[in-house]
Amino acid sequence: MAGSQPAALGVGPTNRVRLFWRSTVGKKIVMSVTGLIMVGFVLLHMIGNLQIFEGAARINAYSHFLHHTINELLWLVRVVLLVSVVLHIVAAIQLTRIDRAARPVAYRRREPQAATVASRSMRWGGLALALFIVFHVLHLTTGTIQPVPFAPGDVYANVMGGFRIWWVTLIYVLAMIALGLHIFHGAWSSIRTLGVNRPKAEPLRRPVAALVAVILWAGFSVVPVAVFFGWVR
Amino acid sequence: MKFILHVWRQAGPKAQGAFSVYEATGISGDMSFLEMMDVVNESLIEHGEQPVAFDHDCREGICGACGMMINGIAHGPMRATATCQLFMRHFEDGDTIYVEPWRARAFPVIKDLVVDRSAFDRVIAAGGYITAATGGARDANNILVAKTDADDAMDAAACIGCGACVAACPNGSASLFAGAKVTHLGVLPQGQAERRQRVLRMIAQMDEEGFGGCTWHGECHEACPKAISLDVISRMNADYLRALWAMRDEKQEQGAG
Repeated sequence: MAGSQPAALGVGPTNRVRLFWRSTVGKKIVMSVTGLIMVGFVLLHMIGNLQIFEGAARINAYSHFLHHTINELLWLVRVVLLVSVVLHIVAAIQLTRIDRAARPVAYRRREPQAATVASRSMRWGGLALALFIVFHVLHLTTGTIQPVPFAPGDVYANVMGGFRIWWVTLIYVLAMIALGLHIFHGAWSSIRTLGVNRPKAEPLRRPVAALVAVILWAGFSVVPVAVFFGWVR
Repeated sequence: MKFILHVWRQAGPKAQGAFSVYEATGISGDMSFLEMMDVVNESLIEHGEQPVAFDHDCREGICGACGMMINGIAHGPMRATATCQLFMRHFEDGDTIYVEPWRARAFPVIKDLVVDRSAFDRVIAAGGYITAATGGARDANNILVAKTDADDAMDAAACIGCGACVAACPNGSASLFAGAKVTHLGVLPQGQAERRQRVLRMIAQMDEEGFGGCTWHGECHEACPKAISLDVISRMNADYLRALWAMRDEKQEQGAG
């Protein structure tokens, strides 16, 4: 607070983990690491999905492989992802509150010079993705939401049935735009937050993050779109 | 040239502020923004009104005292330029110009366009120093510094602490400022003794003052009159992780006295 003396670290939390989590930089590092874990997961998820183009036998065999052959690993991944999602969201909410409090009076006029659509939509886009993930798990993992009857284990049938419905396809297509934008900013800024990037003349350039974002957007969107238009056998 | 100014007027820290509209006439394109404000103030004084209070000192772009939000851009539309080095020829005759103070919880308004930036002083006091031995000047090249390190330190040391980074950041974050200080001292041999403590203390103080966190919009770099690179923030974070990893009980570090 204004007027306070420089904070002596000895007075505050001396426990490293508490000190780390209390600081804005620590929370951002948590968001970076958990975000990158999720990027890694969605890349694998996307590659798995594309097997739908090789027919029912292939994709259902892959599902059987995940759920039976490496079932323990699947649950380990799920636990890691759940922890990541929770930490990511908790840190995001706390940081958003800190950031909003840091600018109590808004400017009458404001002309952003460098911020992108992606960087400015991180919070609302992240909320949209969180809601989408809940919808997606209820739709294709648990089969709780059944736009068409759900057949456990028959991924092919569930995908083919679900994406024949226009509003289901639309939700997925919109969500993948949000995912692409979120990763376009998030993957790049995560690397910078962790401080592992090399110094660059133009630090805002992000060819790798842009490529990853486009690959993920296209690779995920192609399945619902292709099923909807009947391009999948 | 002639301009219509919408200027934030606020009588004191607790007073309710509002925009006042002034016409600036007889302005030469070769006047700086501050000189234009001087002309407006002269006419306000002649009419028996309070002149607009604004911070300024060197007026040659090196002190960091001046700074205002001009049409929604910190230090105005020219890149890598402090308000005092912004010339009126960069505006169109007859332009409407909004002039606002830096807006941040950590920078409370004192009067009109003057804000209290002592939060920056406290961040510096928390760790922006070295404990080098003083005495006679050393011989040149007595301490070897790689050219690239010297360049990085110099680029970061260009920070004049004007506060434009905080003003431009949608989160009111002081990361570019703190990163510049951490980089400036941290890449030089003389800054190694306190390197770990420095980054931990400066970040703790930055948070304590109520600045926000970095979300990499990149607005700070665009606003910076010294065009300090976003790389300093990465460097600060890397130093932070290393310092945290190596952190010992603070008492031990201070024990040697």
